[in-house]
Amino acid sequence: MLGRVDYLVWSAGFLLEIYVLVCSVSRRDFVRYLSLNAYMGSAALVALGEYFTIQHYGFQSMNYRYYYYYSESLLTILLFWVIIQLYQQVFAEMEASRYIRQAAALLLAATGCFSYLVIHANKDHLTSRFVVELGQNLYFVGVLLTYLLWGAILKLRETRTRLIQLVLALGVYFSATAGTYALRNLFPGLQPSLLKWVPPLVGVWLPLAWAYTFTKVAEDARLMPARLMVKAR
Amino acid sequence: MIAALICVISLAAFLQFFVSYCRSILASSRKFELSDRVREVTGIADHDVAADDFNRLLQLVRLCPERGDDRSELRAVGTYYNLLAVVNRVSRPMVPALASWTDQERQSCSYFAAVALDRRISYSRDLFTQQISDRL
Repeated sequence: MLGRVDYLVWSAGFLLEIYVLVCSVSRRDFVRYLSLNAYMGSAALVALGEYFTIQHYGFQSMNYRYYYYYSESLLTILLFWVIIQLYQQVFAEMEASRYIRQAAALLLAATGCFSYLVIHANKDHLTSRFVVELGQNLYFVGVLLTYLLWGAILKLRETRTRLIQLVLALGVYFSATAGTYALRNLFPGLQPSLLKWVPPLVGVWLPLAWAYTFTKVAEDARLMPARLMVKAR
Repeated sequence: MIAALICVISLAAFLQFFVSYCRSILASSRKFELSDRVREVTGIADHDVAADDFNRLLQLVRLCPERGDDRSELRAVGTYYNLLAVVNRVSRPMVPALASWTDQERQSCSYFAAVALDRRISYSRDLFTQQISDRL
């Protein structure tokens, strides 16, 4: 059974996703950040679908469980498209778009195969275990890709504040979710009490951070990325 | 084994991304030079903004009319400041280097609040000037 807090978090996430879309359209940034907007739109639709699945089948039903994990995996793959577009923006002057697309597609296929092989060894409960394992691996690949992108931003001295904030917000999202999935695999007992709160809250973080960036940071704003690094003193 | 590895790497990446994200918000205030008026009002005329000044500066910010565009930033920085304060308290006896790093970060947060105060004071003065000119 879902409580008030669950519905509050769900509504906040949904409204923020719509806000990012509206903000992007009104500022004529929709095409420039097409993948990001496609992700926000899909996430809002998935959230609506979640609501109707819970109303029809209940929160504890297998239908909801499958809907949640498979839509989550599809949304993660959409997020990979966002990363690819951010890579293309960072490497725009080097004309490396084709190579970036090929490398990302290869990595995605390799992740799917790896997850399948890991689960193939444990054939019992194949479907439900597969989605958790796939989720963990997909998010972790997201962490690696975002970290590499962050490294490229630092190396190439990319100064566009908006791009930097979009990448960092994505990094926070991927790393928090991958860590939560991994903790869930390590300590399944933590799921009902503690870990179940992390994905919804992190799910609000991404549209919140992106909404902030689109609202507050001008497209031409600049900053020195080296100043953002954590250095030992 | 793989899950443990993913957990450790993800946590390390999370900390780095999160701190860098917060710094990217704070960075907007770094270029801003505080006016003499704000230095005088806050009593920081002859020294740098201190790490512990944040809450005092925030109270002063709340006394000024809202500009409407800095509330969410102040809230985000406030959350970061409180988080750093907890880390500072915990790490001071055990890891002094970490405590000194959190002090530097908290100082940046305080500077951000001082800049917000400066902007709000300028905004209030503009409002006041506008009202006077409207009456005339």
